[in-house]
Order: sequence, then C-alpha cells, then structure tokens
Amino acid sequence: MSLETLERETLAQVDAAADEAALEAVRVAALGKKGTISEQMKGLGAMSPDERKNFGAALNLLKDKVTEAIATRKASLADKALNERLARETVDVTLPVRGEGRGTIHPVNQVWEEIVQIFGDLGFAVAEGPHIEDDFHNFDALNMPPEHPARQEHDTFYFNEKPDGSRLVLRTHTSPVQIRTMKTQAPPIRIIAPGRTFRSDSDMTHTPMFNQVEGLVIDETTHMGHLKWVLHEFCKAFFEVNEVRMRFRASHFPFTEPSMEVDIQCSWKDGQVKIGEGDSWLEILGSGMVHPNVMKASGLDPAKVQGFAFGMGIDRVAMLKYGIPDLRAFFDSDLRWLRHYGFRSLNVPTLAGGLS
Amino acid sequence: MKFTLSWLKDHLDTSATVDEIAAGLLGIGLEVEEISDKTKALAAFTVAHVQKAEKHPNADKLRLCVVETKDGVKQVVCGAPNARTGMKAIIALPGVTIPVTGAVFAPATIRGVESQAMMCSERELMLSDEHDGIIDVQGDWPVGTPAAQALGLDDPMFYVKVTANRPDALGLYGIARDLAAKGLGTLKPLAAPSVKGTFDSPIGVTLDFPKGDEKACPLFVGRYIRGVKNGPSPAWMQQRLKAIGLRPISALVDITNYITFAYARPLHVFDAGKVHGNITARFAREGETITALDNKSYTLAPGMTVIADEKGPEAVGGIIGGIPSCCTDGTVDVFLEAAYFDPVRTAATGRKLGINSDARYRFERGIDPAFTPVGAEIATQMILDLCGGEASHPVIAGKVPDTKRTFTLRKTRVKQLGGLDCPWADQLRILRALGFTVTEAAGGASCIPPSWRPDVNGEADLVEEICRIVGLENIPFAEMTRPHAVARPVLTPLQRRMLTTRRTLAARGFNEAVTYAFLPHSLAEMFGGGQKELQLANAISSELTDMRPSLLPNLLAAAARNLARGHAGFALSEVGHAYAGDQPKDETLRAGGIRQGEAVSRQWQGGVRLVDAFDAKADCLAVLDACGMAASTLQVVNTAPAWFHPGRSGTLQMGPQNKIAHFGEIHPKILAAMDVKGPVAAFEIVLNLIPAPRQKGTARPALVLSDLMSVSRDFAFVVDDKVQAAELVKAARGVDKVTVTEAQVFDVFKLADGKTSLALEVTLQPRDKTFTDEEIDALSARIVAAVTKATGGTLRG
Repeated sequence: MSLETLERETLAQVDAAADEAALEAVRVAALGKKGTISEQMKGLGAMSPDERKNFGAALNLLKDKVTEAIATRKASLADKALNERLARETVDVTLPVRGEGRGTIHPVNQVWEEIVQIFGDLGFAVAEGPHIEDDFHNFDALNMPPEHPARQEHDTFYFNEKPDGSRLVLRTHTSPVQIRTMKTQAPPIRIIAPGRTFRSDSDMTHTPMFNQVEGLVIDETTHMGHLKWVLHEFCKAFFEVNEVRMRFRASHFPFTEPSMEVDIQCSWKDGQVKIGEGDSWLEILGSGMVHPNVMKASGLDPAKVQGFAFGMGIDRVAMLKYGIPDLRAFFDSDLRWLRHYGFRSLNVPTLAGGLS
Repeated sequence: MKFTLSWLKDHLDTSATVDEIAAGLLGIGLEVEEISDKTKALAAFTVAHVQKAEKHPNADKLRLCVVETKDGVKQVVCGAPNARTGMKAIIALPGVTIPVTGAVFAPATIRGVESQAMMCSERELMLSDEHDGIIDVQGDWPVGTPAAQALGLDDPMFYVKVTANRPDALGLYGIARDLAAKGLGTLKPLAAPSVKGTFDSPIGVTLDFPKGDEKACPLFVGRYIRGVKNGPSPAWMQQRLKAIGLRPISALVDITNYITFAYARPLHVFDAGKVHGNITARFAREGETITALDNKSYTLAPGMTVIADEKGPEAVGGIIGGIPSCCTDGTVDVFLEAAYFDPVRTAATGRKLGINSDARYRFERGIDPAFTPVGAEIATQMILDLCGGEASHPVIAGKVPDTKRTFTLRKTRVKQLGGLDCPWADQLRILRALGFTVTEAAGGASCIPPSWRPDVNGEADLVEEICRIVGLENIPFAEMTRPHAVARPVLTPLQRRMLTTRRTLAARGFNEAVTYAFLPHSLAEMFGGGQKELQLANAISSELTDMRPSLLPNLLAAAARNLARGHAGFALSEVGHAYAGDQPKDETLRAGGIRQGEAVSRQWQGGVRLVDAFDAKADCLAVLDACGMAASTLQVVNTAPAWFHPGRSGTLQMGPQNKIAHFGEIHPKILAAMDVKGPVAAFEIVLNLIPAPRQKGTARPALVLSDLMSVSRDFAFVVDDKVQAAELVKAARGVDKVTVTEAQVFDVFKLADGKTSLALEVTLQPRDKTFTDEEIDALSARIVAAVTKATGGTLRG
C-alpha cells in the first residue's frame, strides 16, 4: 500500500471514530507497535540510503499528521461529550431555594441601640440596675417617702414581706439606677439607663412590664437649658427629622425640681402618627433638675453639684417612630408581628450609617 | 379638677379667651386634659316655641305640634309625652346633624303627616342619658336663642390635671392665683366675711388625742346655725356643680361641695338635731363602725381620726360623713365643721377603708391650714344667704398649725439652675403674686411660702415657681459640651456581648422576642424556680405570679401560642434577665433560644430533618464564639437541668462550678404540659459567666504559617457505647498537640453488643519537612495506641 493510500485510509478512520474508545483503536491500529504505520518502518532497512532518506521523511510526516488528527479528533469528541452532558444537565431555576430562617431583632432592642448610639455620641454611658429593688432605691431615695401620694399612684408590684418587715418591689421606673449610679460614681456623671420596668397595670395602653430609659447628668453647671437642648437634639436624631417642635411644660415629679414634661409635635392621619409635622402634641417624657433631696440620699452635696434627669418610654418611642399600634403586642411573641416589625440582623443602627 | 369659665371669673378679673387660659394653664403646670364647650357642639340648635300641641290624627301616642322656629312656623310630629302647648323646646331644623346618631335630620312623613322639624331630648344632644321626654327649656328665652345659652351650657368647662404637689390648685381660687401671676388677669381679693354670732353653740368641741399625736387634727372650727331651711340649692349653684360632674343634693350639702371646689376647703355639715351631746375629734376605738354617706358600713380602727358625738363616730375625719347625722330636707339646725386633718394619716385611713372622696383627695395632699377659719366664715355666710337661720359664735378647738419656714433665693440661682434669664424684679413680682412673703436681702431674697404651698421646701422650689410662671418655653437651648471630639465607646463588655448575641441569633434565623419577666407559679416550679421570695404579693393575674427562673418557659409558652396559630418549624430567641433569687447578684443576663419541629423542611431537593440537640449546641457555640470564647476552652458534659431530655442534652462549662450554657431537646413531659408539639431544641446561656477577654490592645498574635502540606488520615475505632467522642478526640490530640492539629469524629455507627464504631479524621501538620511514610505510620500507630489506652477501643479492621 502506498503511503498516500495509508494516509487517506488512516485519516478516514480517525474521522470515522465515533467515540474515544474507537479513536484509541484507530491509534493502536496505525501507530501501535504492530500498527500499519509502524509496520512501514520495517521496510526501511532494505532501502538504499537515498530511498531510505526520502521514505523515512515521508513516513515521519505521515506519523505526525495522524498523531495530530487523532489529537484534534479527541478534543472534538470530548467537546461533543461535554456538550451532550451539559444539554442533559438543566434545572428549572424557578424552583425554590433551600429554606433558611429569616431572623429578626425585636423593635424594642433595635430602638435600645438607636438610643445608645445617640446618647453615646454625647458621652452618656449605659448604666444598669436590678429589676427587683428595695424601697430605698425605688422610692425613699427618690424623695418619695412611704406616705407620699405619688407613691400610691405607682401601681407597684410587691414581693412578700420578709421576717424583718421589709419587702422588695419590682422597680416601677428606671430612676433607681440614678441612685445606684450617684452612690458609686463621682461627678461628672453622664449616663442613660435603659431597661425593663414594671407596674401592676394592664389595659389597652398599659402592660405590666414595659421599657424605659433614664437619663442623668450631674456636674457643676448643667441646667434646664442643657436639658431642653439634649432632648431636642435627641428627638431630631431619633425621629430622623431636620426639625421638630417640642412643648416644654412645667410639671411635678418628686425626684426633680424644677420638673418638666415634654410633648412632641405630630400629626395623625388614618390612625398613623407622624412626628415633626401637624398640630397635635404627644407627651413623650418627664424630666427636670435632680431634686436636692435625691442628691443628698445618694451621698452628693446639692450645694456643690447639680444636674438633670429624664425618663422616657422606649416602647412608646418605638411605637411612634415605627408606627406600631398596640403596646401589648410587643410582649406577645406573635411570629407574624415579630417578622413584620422586627429588624434584619445586620441592620445595625449607627450614626454614620443611619439609625433606621 | 374641673371648673367653668364663669366660675373662674368669680375669682379672676380677665378678658383672656378660653384658648389663652388653656395655654396659660398648660404652661404653668396645670395640664388641661379637656375643655368642653357646648357652644360649638350645639351651635345648630336653637330655642323654639310650641304654639299648639294636639293629638296626632292617626296615632294615639304621637302629638302634632305647631312650632315657631327661627326659620318660621313648622309642623312637628313628636312622640314625647311632655310635649305641650306653650312650652319652649330645642329644635333641630332640616340639614342639622343629630349628635347622638350622627345622622342629618330630614323632614319625614309620620303616619300620614309631615314632620318638618324635630324637638330634641337631652340624649339626642348627648347632654345626658335622659330620653323620657324632650328638653323643657326653662326661662323666657326668645325663639332662635342658641341652645347652649338657653340651657346654661355656654360656659366652657375646663378639666385640669393637678399634680400631687399642688393641693392649692384643687380649689378654683388657687388656679385663679396662678393665672393672675402668669399675667392672665387680676386675682380678685378674697371676699372673707366675718359673720357675727348671736348665741353660744349648744354643741361643744374637744380635741382628744394621745400625747404626741395631736397633729392628727390640730384645729377644729365649728359653727351652730339654727332655723335653716334646707331644700334645693339655687339654679346657678346647681348649674356649676352639674357642669363639673357633681350631682346637686340639697342646699346645705351643695354649699360644702361648692366650697370644696372653689377654695379647696372641704367641710362637713351635721344635722345638729341628730348629734348627741358634744363633739370630739379623736382616734377611733377598736371595733367602732360607721355607716357612711356612700351607704356602706365601715369598721374603724385605732389611729383613724373620727369626729364623734357621745354615741360614737359621726364622720371619718377628712374623708367622709356618716348617714345618721347627715342633713336632710327636714334639717332645721346644723353644725358646721371646718377642721384640719393630717395628710399622712388621712391618706392611710382612706387607703385602709378604701374610700376615695373629694375631701380625702384634698386633705391627703395637704390643704391650707390657715384657711380653716376663713372657710368656716364663707360657709356660714353662704348657709345664712341660701338657707336662712342664725349663727352661733364660732366654736374653736386647737389652733392653726404653724407652717412658717423661710428660704433664701439667690439672685443668680434661676439662671444657674433654670438656665433662665429673668430680671430680678420680675422674680420678686412672681413670688409675691403667688403669695410668698418676700424680703430682699444681700445677694437675694428671703422668702416665706404661703400656708397653701406645702410643696415648697427649698431654693430649687423657688426657682421652679419662677420658671413655670415665666414659661419653660422661654428657657433658651444651651448646648452641652462634648467630652471628646470623637465620641469614645460607652458600652461595657457585657452590653456589647448582649448586642452581639442578639444579632448572632437573628443571623442564625431566630426571631427575637421580648417576653414577660414573670410567669405562672406552676411554670416557675417546672423550670427550677417558684421560690417564695420570687413570688409577687400582688400579682395581677394567675399567669403573672412569679419571677422567671429561666428564659425558656416563656419562650415555650410563646411557641405554644404560635403553634396554635398554625406556625411550625420556627426559632424564637430572647436576650434578657432571669432571676435565681431576689438579690441584685441573682439577676443574670441570659440568652435563650428554642427551635421547634423541622430544622429542614420538606423541599423538592431533599428530605425533612427534625431539630435535635446539635442544633441547640451549634447555636450555643456560635454565640460563645461571637462573644470571643473559643470552643476549645469549654468542657461538654452530658448532664443538664431536669427540663431537658435526660439523654439528649448537655452543658457547656468551664469546670463544674461555672456552667455557662445548657442545650438539648426539651423534655417530652414539659412539652406535653405546655401544649407544645415537639421536638424542641433549646439552649440557655448565662452571658454574665462568659469570662472577660484576656487580650489587651488591638494587635493580633503573629500568624505562623507552614509551607508544608498537612496530611489527613482516617481511623475507625470500635468502642463501648458509653465512650464519648470527646475522649477519642482528646486522646488523639494528646499524642502531639503541635503535630496533630485537628481530630474530628465524622461518622458514628451503632454495632451490635453495645458497641459503636466511631470514625476519626486526624490532621497531621509537618513542621520542618514533609513526613516520610515511616513517620506517618509511626504517628498513626501512636494515635491508635493512645485511643485504645484511653477508651478501650480497638481499630476496626
């Protein structure tokens, strides 16, 4: 067989190989030890040097051609096989993904962080105190002796009397933290004290447990003007409005003197409240200059230091800011509510990134 | 405290509008809760004259009336039995909205006769519940007169919330004084009469208190008035009392109520004919009883002040009078009582007896003791004016208690404390207008509060008086200094952990809840609580009796509620406090979480997996890791509190005394008791117990990396069932902590005969050069030997 014929036939076989196995058989049949091309080598010995030179070169050329053809065919077969596989491997991408829990942060705690961000920027530390309090911290030291009428209005939860006649209470406000802070820390003091508080009251707008935040500043110069400024700046930052009108009204709390209640401007539309517009007023907090008796009870000298305190409902401002209608639902753990009013885990309030 | 505008004007000469007065009250600390002005509400209703009222031609119970209205004569069909010829009525003409229904009135044909207007009842105008007939307007009002005017309802009523420190503002005169100081009018001088007595009172008064308790009732002013004629009080007085929600009773009683509200001076009138002998103010005796004016019988106790005659208590001092000696229409002789009762004792007595009265409300806040004789004079004069009769000489026992005290107001103090720039002269003017006796002294003024201001007890109170009258809105904002140009961190490590924990759990799919800090006693006991000292003495419901010993019960209760609503496969968490005792140290901050039902729900790609202890363990480890605690520093032991499944729960601890977290499946019995469908995997971590991070500074330790590839080898050991995976891991790692960098159980297979096969993947990290086969074989042999020695296990063939 001439080399031309061999080449034609071998390349035809390569082209005809239907898969990699057939291609390998063609390769062995042509280039294997006993392959058709290898067999041609045996004839070289009987040739003249010139003949041998020409034939050898032609044979090598043929070998290279076939080798290359096999490689090309091999790649094309692999591509074909892959394309066939990929054509089989389709999915319906509209099918649902694997379930992952969608966690949330409770609005009270989100607002806790918002409040801490704002006051933290002004250098207020976060103080805490026990929920189970004694009369001294919850009442006496706050200028509310046992016979004080305001003490009756606190709807206090009591624990059972102890053998010594004393009885503990669930703190009715966060104000005992004022006392604990002043007793353990020397002025200047700047703290807020957010936390749970308790009153034996339960109706449409009251729950036996609720969340308050206390604020306390004690130094030598802080006065009512500073108090007003802080509350105004807080409200603008918290409610994320450029301006908000506030109403400062004289009031009375046993633990402050002078005392002040604060209303914030709002509008009501379709049962939704909007802060910073409209002509309605909403009471949001009580405040005042710390009463001299409170400072004395905490071991401070009211002739040397002075300062302000305020108390605000965290649940209440959360309701106002986020349009949550019912306080009782805060503590009901209804998943529908938690998922609707809750916040995503990475939605961390910061002053730089925004609070809400 | 309620009052009307015209009543206020008895004491305040003012041209201020209702809105101006309301704004003034609000600013000075007398919060206006409500202003009811019927003038607006009744603007569409006017007086009409019934010219003729006859029987309806087609109905026995209806009347056909011819009525003259401001829009001409109308024919009106009316069902009211009191519709009669000649009466004046309040008419609603077509197009007017009827308050009670909100419907617009339109003419209608009733039983064949057209009714062109409607005569209204009090209920239809929402003035009262009265609906037995139409309003029968009294007085000679011309047709077309506005209804509010003809009905005496054109006097706006103010409802003011008076804070506990202001007993003086529980009388209208005190409110007028504040408004005058504010500049909203001139306070009219008190018309204090001095009624001449013509005879000696046949009833004498004695104060009889144990030594030391005289202040229970230090003063009693009495007056005997004979020959009175009791009956209805005059219309003007009734109208005022009705306007503030009081029911007129009789002239004598109405006078005492009137003076209570006008001057914050509660009084009592006894029917002198029913008083036996003399009157004594004293403490009640054990077992004494009284039938009070509220028709209830009360058993009194020593320590309660009573006004008694020779037969027994006739009134509870400062709180309520008694039925036997009360005034009636037949009363001819009365004995008037104006006394001063100690606020603290009055409050205590009122609380114990459970009586709330206008008198108690004022006495317990501290009325003006110096006003006692004045009040008695005003009342005597009013009785003589309205009921006639003749007054005795006053009977006075005791004397006005001395309330005099002096405080200095420094000129600088209003600015220093209040932040208010108020000229000194204005400060003095305000204090004087409020009744303070002010004497200027060097650098300030010495101020004596008036007897009606028991709340003023220091310089800060003087500052408050000036600030509230000037108006807090006039205090300028004063910027606080920033302690640092760039704010410094303020949170404690525990507070940071609290936030980290919350968000870690939310990222792991938990919906964060905030549940009550209390729970039912039965639940408290189930979760290791229920101690006596953690039970509320005055719980408001049987569901909220005990402080929670753990976060889990309330989360499980929440799970039950959500399951009942059709939810399943959810995760609930809470970060909050639980209570091991009633001392501050017993309150710990915890993180709790529960996962209910399916951890992986059915899905087209694969099968359902139910939650198990390892979900809860993973949650714990994630939280602890987020809080900076390495899992390697924790021991895991297979014991947990009783509310967990005993075989599928564990504890993460740093030594037996420091149990940081529990995790596992909740005990089936607990689930059944709480009506929660299982399984539930739960955990609770005590965040307080996580040790503070040791690292100081921000730099991390240097990272030492090897260029050499690590080698991994698998071993399967057959061990007793009792052997824990951790023992294998510990033994394997113990061979060479530097070289054996990791050992992890990746397969567990139960065999027969109480044996288990545990497969362990061990990672070996060469240090200086790659391992030779011989070195790997040697290390493997040592690992097998160590595991065998530690656990008795054998390498599986």
